[in-house]
Amino acid sequence: MHRPAPAAATPRQRAGLFGRIADNERWLWRLMLAPAILYIVLLVGFPFLLSLYYSFSDAIVASREMNFVGLENFRRVLDSVTFWVALKNTIFITVVSQVLVLVFANALAMALLVDFPGKWLVRFLILLPWVAPISLGSVGWLWIFDSIYSIINWTMREAHLLGPGQWPIWLGTPELAMASIITVQVWRMLPLATVIILAGLSSIPQDIHDAAAVDGAGFWRHMFQITLPLVMPVALIAVLFGIVFVFTDLIAVFVLTRGGPYDTTQVLASWAYFIGIQGGDLAGGAAVSLFLFPVLVAVAIVFLRMARRAELT
Amino acid sequence: MATVETRRLTKHFDGVRAVDGIEMTAREGEFLVLLGPSGCGKTTLMRMIAGLERPTAGDIVIDGRVVTDLPPRERNIAMVFQSYALYPHLTVEKNISFPLRAVGTDRAEIGRKVAWAARMFGIERFLDRKPRQLSGGERQRVALARAVVREPVVFLLDEPLSNLDAKLRNSARDELKNFQRTLGTTTIYVTHDQAEAMGLGDRIAVLNQGRICQVGTPQEIYSRPADIFVATFIGSPPMNLIEDDVGYLGFRPEAFLPHGVEGGDDNITFPFRVTRLEYLGADRLVYGVLAERTPESHVISKIPTNIRTEIAAGGQYDFVVRRQDIQRFDRKSGQRMNGAG
Amino acid sequence: MARFPTVLRKAARRGGHAGILVFFVTFLAFPFYWMMITTFKTTQDLYNTANNPYLFNTPPTLNHLQVLFNDTQYLQWLANTAFVGVLVVIITLAFAVPAGYALARMTGAWAQNLGIAIFLTYLVPPTILFIPFSRIIAELGLQDSLWSLVLVYPSFTIPFCTWLLMGFFKAIPRDLEDAAMIDGLSRLGAFIKVVIPISMAGVLTAIIFAFTLVTQEFVYGVTFITSSAHYTVSVGVPTFLVRGDVYFWGSMMGACLIASIPIALIYNLFVDRFVAGFTVGAVK
Repeated sequence: MHRPAPAAATPRQRAGLFGRIADNERWLWRLMLAPAILYIVLLVGFPFLLSLYYSFSDAIVASREMNFVGLENFRRVLDSVTFWVALKNTIFITVVSQVLVLVFANALAMALLVDFPGKWLVRFLILLPWVAPISLGSVGWLWIFDSIYSIINWTMREAHLLGPGQWPIWLGTPELAMASIITVQVWRMLPLATVIILAGLSSIPQDIHDAAAVDGAGFWRHMFQITLPLVMPVALIAVLFGIVFVFTDLIAVFVLTRGGPYDTTQVLASWAYFIGIQGGDLAGGAAVSLFLFPVLVAVAIVFLRMARRAELT
Repeated sequence: MATVETRRLTKHFDGVRAVDGIEMTAREGEFLVLLGPSGCGKTTLMRMIAGLERPTAGDIVIDGRVVTDLPPRERNIAMVFQSYALYPHLTVEKNISFPLRAVGTDRAEIGRKVAWAARMFGIERFLDRKPRQLSGGERQRVALARAVVREPVVFLLDEPLSNLDAKLRNSARDELKNFQRTLGTTTIYVTHDQAEAMGLGDRIAVLNQGRICQVGTPQEIYSRPADIFVATFIGSPPMNLIEDDVGYLGFRPEAFLPHGVEGGDDNITFPFRVTRLEYLGADRLVYGVLAERTPESHVISKIPTNIRTEIAAGGQYDFVVRRQDIQRFDRKSGQRMNGAG
Repeated sequence: MARFPTVLRKAARRGGHAGILVFFVTFLAFPFYWMMITTFKTTQDLYNTANNPYLFNTPPTLNHLQVLFNDTQYLQWLANTAFVGVLVVIITLAFAVPAGYALARMTGAWAQNLGIAIFLTYLVPPTILFIPFSRIIAELGLQDSLWSLVLVYPSFTIPFCTWLLMGFFKAIPRDLEDAAMIDGLSRLGAFIKVVIPISMAGVLTAIIFAFTLVTQEFVYGVTFITSSAHYTVSVGVPTFLVRGDVYFWGSMMGACLIASIPIALIYNLFVDRFVAGFTVGAVK
């Protein structure tokens, strides 16, 4: 398009590339975004592709040589008994812990919605498990579940809940070890879910509660027909985060049981670590960890749909 | 000071023509008001003049210089925003001196100019405060002070009074007009409020759907509207329109009065069936339909309260309009046809 | 059925409310309470199952903390964590502040999707990437070096902080930038001189969260670092202090407590903003 040339430039007009880019939004945005995107592509995208590549190769820590072996690693993994145990455990721990978190977080968030003296202290205490490094919190639980000095056992014995000679070894028996791991996962995810649901509860307009009261809804009807349905979309977000964090978690199992006793509490992430890093079998470890990916994709899709809906309203 | 000219200025947003080939000139020292309903393109037009929005086509000329490709800072303009856009982290003094510091004016000069601007708007007492500690009226003055301090060639004002309460708005309007007269700086003022436009503007440009319908003095716009849109947009209540076989007849509610009130002999009489009355203190508004006409025409009469003719809802009365107060509009284009009907 | 008298019902509801709070506070905070008790208990008290473990049966002692600070590398681990944390925060801000601003001001569905895509990369867990990373780090010659963590941690702090900052920048009225441009600044100048000073609260929040994420990270730390002198706190305590069959429970609990509480205190001040970032705009 033809435009008459601007008349004589003002003395302050900065020529040069920099001056022009500093005013050109298109280029400015690209230049400001590019470094972050590049970092993410290089340090998330590239390793991910490498992970895919390893899983089709025979890479090991000790050697730089690699050969393409097709689906061999996956065949090896699927043939292993431990894989199926780990997969089952991962799903079981995720589902049970998230169901518990959802129920607990709703109850706790509702209790936190009203004002009471000392609320900030209660909130601080409730948030501790989420804020403290997970590995350190898990060490705390390791001590609580100690085989000889477990404070749970001591308390139960004093309360006469344990008969003579009864002394549960929390981390030493498969069922109790699973229960322990689930306890720790609920413990560390509950704070986040609670504050998210609390934010959702606070955002319900008072008008709606008033209208329900005027319409004669009692406590339970109000809760199940008004409050819970309205807070569900937000609760779903809390659950999505919970799924991602618990499904892919390595720390709780690593610190508490190291997969034991006899691999009965192994999860996908911990098994990938023991094979890939401690066992030096990069290809096998990569193949195992790739099984974490489908869950991530599913969660991402749900997120995108929710974001789109949030945009529409 | 300076003239501002737009040449076939056009802006498309995702295929919507927000501004559609506008040709407009603000004369030197003039107070030009851009008036129109929301979405008519007046704010987009102003933002293009400011350089905040790139035109899709066309040019902007300030003082004979094409500035279309220049960033805002090189156009030597000042703008007051509807929200005032005061920098919340800076004191009033730093807010006012911001444009001077941005171009590296020396300290003594900054001090002198800030004092001058602060005195002009009577805000010397607030110089050390932050914007959030000020009332709406005080913020507006700070915004104006920030605009004048650099002595720009053009002021752009985007509904600067709309965040004030009704009482304050009237006095602020006076002050605005006074300071513009004193400085004599070319000013373009965007508003959707016709009372503001009538009170402030040397000339008014009425915009609708990205085009200018009419440019003229407040009086011209009111008494000789260029088309049906201007006729019905300006005036409260709007101009009455009735359809006949040639086109539309238009007359203002205050020109439509009971028979016998209006002297002279060149009057047209309409039988008027009254449906509803409203007392507004100074005026009475009489709603009704013209009898014996198809299609049914709803019209309003605005009668000063000191005309005490008895009128009651349900009754039928003879009302008259002076022939010279009747405008004719073309049926198809909506344009006013020359001469009185 | 006869209804309860109002007074009773009210009392029951209040009692239920208090009961819920007491139950959950106990569940969530108990491990930390237990850490505190353990830290200051003498060894003979700790290991005597006849004693009531909730009480100090012998006077409290600082022995475990002395052991922790004098005989372990705990201080070194704290210093390592701070070193990595500060560098990661700086890198994160350098990348996330401009990116967050660009995403906040770009228009169109494309920009929106890009923002969400960046946020989703935060959800890609270390447990998918740590195996290829172990080889990449080795190839770069960074194995057993804190620099490996400095390099890799921004891969999750940048996405999260970009998203967080985008929310902050979106809340800043554009009029301010427009005014700044008219007042003589360039587009970039308006960002640097007006938007950034106004956004200090947001930048501070991003700093806190980047630092917290660093202190919590475990998987990369345990994968890349092999010598105890280079551990961060979250890796050093559970791996090195547990190694062998002798558990120094008193010292370990002290180590956990000292590393957790300060972060928790700071974090608590910013938690509402953090939640706003997490809820992806579903809560207004």
